[in-house]
Amino acid sequence: MIGKPAYLWAHIATISSLLIGLTGLAKPSDEAVLSVKYPKALSEYGFHDDSKIGFTPHKTLIEYDLDVPLFSDYIEKSRYIYIPEGKSAQAKGNGLIDFPVGSAIIKNFGYMQDGEMRFIETRLLLRREAEWLALPYMWNETQDDAVLKLAGARLSISFTDPNAMQRTIDYAVPNKNQCKECHGVDDGISNKVMPIGPKIRTLKQSTIDALLNANALDINGQAKFAPWDKGDNLLEKNARNYLDINCAHCHNPRGSASNSGLFLDYEQSSPVSYGIYKRPVAAGRGSGGLEYAIKPGHANESIIIHRMKSNDAGVAMPQLGRSIVHHEGVALISNWIDQMDIKNSSSD
Amino acid sequence: MKYIVSAAIISGLILSVSTAYAKTINVAPGPNAQEELQEALILAEEGDVINLLVGKYILTDGLSLDVNGVTIKGQGEDKTILDFTDQKGSGEGLLVTSHDVFLTGFAIENSKGDGIKSKGADQIVISKVRVEWTGGPDPENGAYGIYPVESKNVLVDGVQVYGASDAGIYVGQSQNIIVRYSIVKENVAGIEIENSYGADVYQNLATENTGGILVFDLPDIPQQGGKDVRVYHNFVHNNNTANFAPEGNIVGTVPAGTGIMVMSSRNVEVFENIIDDNATGNILIVGYPNQTQDEKYNPRAIDIRVFANRHGKAGYKPGFPGGDMLAQALGGSLPPIIYDGTGENIQISDKVPAISLNISKAGRPLTEARPSAYPSDSEFEGLKLKPIIMPAVMEDKIFSILSKDELPAQ
Repeated sequence: MIGKPAYLWAHIATISSLLIGLTGLAKPSDEAVLSVKYPKALSEYGFHDDSKIGFTPHKTLIEYDLDVPLFSDYIEKSRYIYIPEGKSAQAKGNGLIDFPVGSAIIKNFGYMQDGEMRFIETRLLLRREAEWLALPYMWNETQDDAVLKLAGARLSISFTDPNAMQRTIDYAVPNKNQCKECHGVDDGISNKVMPIGPKIRTLKQSTIDALLNANALDINGQAKFAPWDKGDNLLEKNARNYLDINCAHCHNPRGSASNSGLFLDYEQSSPVSYGIYKRPVAAGRGSGGLEYAIKPGHANESIIIHRMKSNDAGVAMPQLGRSIVHHEGVALISNWIDQMDIKNSSSD
Repeated sequence: MKYIVSAAIISGLILSVSTAYAKTINVAPGPNAQEELQEALILAEEGDVINLLVGKYILTDGLSLDVNGVTIKGQGEDKTILDFTDQKGSGEGLLVTSHDVFLTGFAIENSKGDGIKSKGADQIVISKVRVEWTGGPDPENGAYGIYPVESKNVLVDGVQVYGASDAGIYVGQSQNIIVRYSIVKENVAGIEIENSYGADVYQNLATENTGGILVFDLPDIPQQGGKDVRVYHNFVHNNNTANFAPEGNIVGTVPAGTGIMVMSSRNVEVFENIIDDNATGNILIVGYPNQTQDEKYNPRAIDIRVFANRHGKAGYKPGFPGGDMLAQALGGSLPPIIYDGTGENIQISDKVPAISLNISKAGRPLTEARPSAYPSDSEFEGLKLKPIIMPAVMEDKIFSILSKDELPAQ
């Protein structure tokens, strides 16, 4: 062997690991984000300090928050964006954001136990050369790393929810295909994975400011807006935003529920499209014997409420990511439906 | 030497290409079946065969396939059984979202939602598969047994579906479809072709359903204007099971005792079927019965041709409201063919009586019925639709699994 003797290599390795220990972290690995087919462990990405317990983010990660978060069984979530040094995301029309190749979106799921966060899983969206890839990682017992769970998992988890209620849930770590069921967008040629949360219109202003300060985002003149802010009906605004965040990733013309014809994205202006006197297409027993997705004035006769209130696979909506009923969400949508003007939305 | 080296390289290449192209991944039942099977479906590559060994797979979540060109092959629809009785999540037993997929030789039992769904798939072949809710007809059963939707080039061949609370085989918003050689029993609808373009439904047995074979076109759905469907050479017998669909679904309106039913749709040909013992009627042709504000939607049946079907008894216990009185007025029973009168260019040329209810407009109530005999068409224009043809690679897949005694004689 030509070059440095082996003992020197070992010496350098020791010094490097010491240095990593001192600076707290390995660097995010572009190789893991871009080219390793399916990295086996979260630590391979260098997004977190695996010498510590839990997810201590690398300093280049930018934490983000959403105005209206997706309901996930009252589980705690933290979210980060990684954008490779020297690159920036581009805001474009409709409040969407184009992330540069090599970016990653990181979402941690966990719950509080004895005052400490216990991590369950971390879901990654990796912006690869050709398209996004979604991968689920499940945290280990020692809470210093998470391992790839391509096929997902079921876990029994007990925790106290924000209303101080003790809960035991049958938590589902999604499999890789299920990631795509929500994140898939059909562009007419193929169905591709896309981010859902981080959009100019859904990110908190504080997050947008943080991205701008880090030179990680070019706003390109796109203003943050909440489309339902303009109306004077706060209830309608909140309801449509809730449906947009919790349902529209599938229920939109290019999503995995496109065949239903029920489109709950905030862009829909035709009442029947977002459920008013809309009959079910392929709901089966999901209809609960009711005629319409939304029957104005009658939340309890609306299929949408029936399915939000159910935990039964085959009835429950959303189909993925929820094993208990979101009572606040049910109350919001029920109020909205109950207070709808029946006269202005006739069935014929 | 040089020659030998390159030969070795070439044979190595061939070997690696062929292994990459036809890898067989065996999966066996066991306590970890859910993860092993789902992981195999995720890691599969184009050309691979997922070979499901004999036995019962106890599954707790829906399965899904999103890789093109994969075959899922069991050892027979009574030998390899995917049991979803303990399913906790997902809307279906098996979801396919990729192209060029072949499913054969296994059963799906008691899935909480649909049995097998394919969405947005091009070239899907489902052959010799059984989907069953083992407790018999029950509104709590899943909606559809075999459910291709928004798909293209759909070949359903020799399947069996029992107990679906909506339709046994339901093809929706798809194009270029064949459903053949299949048995559908004890479902609300046996076979339903809905909002689809170009389908041949032939040599199926539909029995003990609420309605045997339905061709529907519905409003407020992305793909509308269902058309070009041929229903022929089927045996549609004794579809008198009480309707057990959850209300709100359109099949909930299908009266028990329906043989073949066409609702709205254009260019449908129903010919050379044997249709017997359906208490409401052997053939029903109707408009869409509900109100709709969908301006693009055509609620009427147009250009329907009914020809050379053989009829057994029918109409002796009509299942729609007011049907009893109507039958009484007509001497005790209705004729085998019932047309609501709202369509256009409805040609009937069977050698049995037909009746028109002369409803003025689709969506008007049956209480408006002013029944009269509907004339057999003396100027029958004949059959016009061409056979549906699948890409040859799809038929080849089915040919490849036929046993010796199933192959045609030389």
